[in-house]
Amino acid sequence: MDWVVANFALIVFFVFAGAAVAGAIGVILAKSPVHAAISLLGTFLAVAALFLLQHAEFLAVVQILVYAGGVMVLFLFVIMLVNVRTLPDEPQFVKKMAPAAVIIGLILASVVAAGIVRSFPAVSGEANALVSIGGEAVGNTEAVGWELYLRYLLPFEVVSVVLLVAMIGAIVMGRKESSDGRNA
Amino acid sequence: MITTTHYLVLSLILFTLGVVGMTVRRNFITVLMCVELILNAANINFIAFSRQFGDLTGQTFAVFVITIAAAEAAIGLGIIVALVRIRHTVNLDQANRLEG
Repeated sequence: MDWVVANFALIVFFVFAGAAVAGAIGVILAKSPVHAAISLLGTFLAVAALFLLQHAEFLAVVQILVYAGGVMVLFLFVIMLVNVRTLPDEPQFVKKMAPAAVIIGLILASVVAAGIVRSFPAVSGEANALVSIGGEAVGNTEAVGWELYLRYLLPFEVVSVVLLVAMIGAIVMGRKESSDGRNA
Repeated sequence: MITTTHYLVLSLILFTLGVVGMTVRRNFITVLMCVELILNAANINFIAFSRQFGDLTGQTFAVFVITIAAAEAAIGLGIIVALVRIRHTVNLDQANRLEG
């Protein structure tokens, strides 16, 4: 019991990390896109929980709102719109790519693992810096907002233009074409 | 104690699974989901280093990554809808012609 209390954060980490990895494996292996989407939802929620462990409360909520609320609904909506079941049944894996995929995965994993062999200490920076503005404790959301609207105002505005372009692009691609080939 | 390395390893696993999924799956919708996995892995790294160095920059950039991921999902799903209308398939092997 003492061990559980002493290592509670570690146990929480492994539970949610395991859930995230299981969800990712589910995405790859699931036959139906709907099952893959639900697996992906599990991964998103587990990652949001891991953000909470890291003093990123604002991002945990954004992750749930944007990914679980927005992107996932978009995925399910398109799966419904496309009606995958009426499409011809086709093999779900590219069989001849499987060995290549395993090799790519192993090479990638070993390269990145070699890069992170250097072990980092548990914590070295001040956690207070993540929840304060100029030394005054205010909370994570306010601190992120302060950073976003003062230091990173220009990137923030540029990202809004990217969103506008994405919206226009999605509308243009979703438009029906009339039978004579011109855009309706 | 949870170290930054724990998060880096988790991020590595998610990233590799995303790349392998992109390589082996034919279904366009699933491939897009694998891209989301990769972006999530990047976010885990941002947050882990933000905690490691006690610097909010990582969290701010994770906000940008989430925004770009949402834009990418919207565009990608628009492409899927157009592909299904023109070619009646979500199989990437069938999408091998530039003209409709």
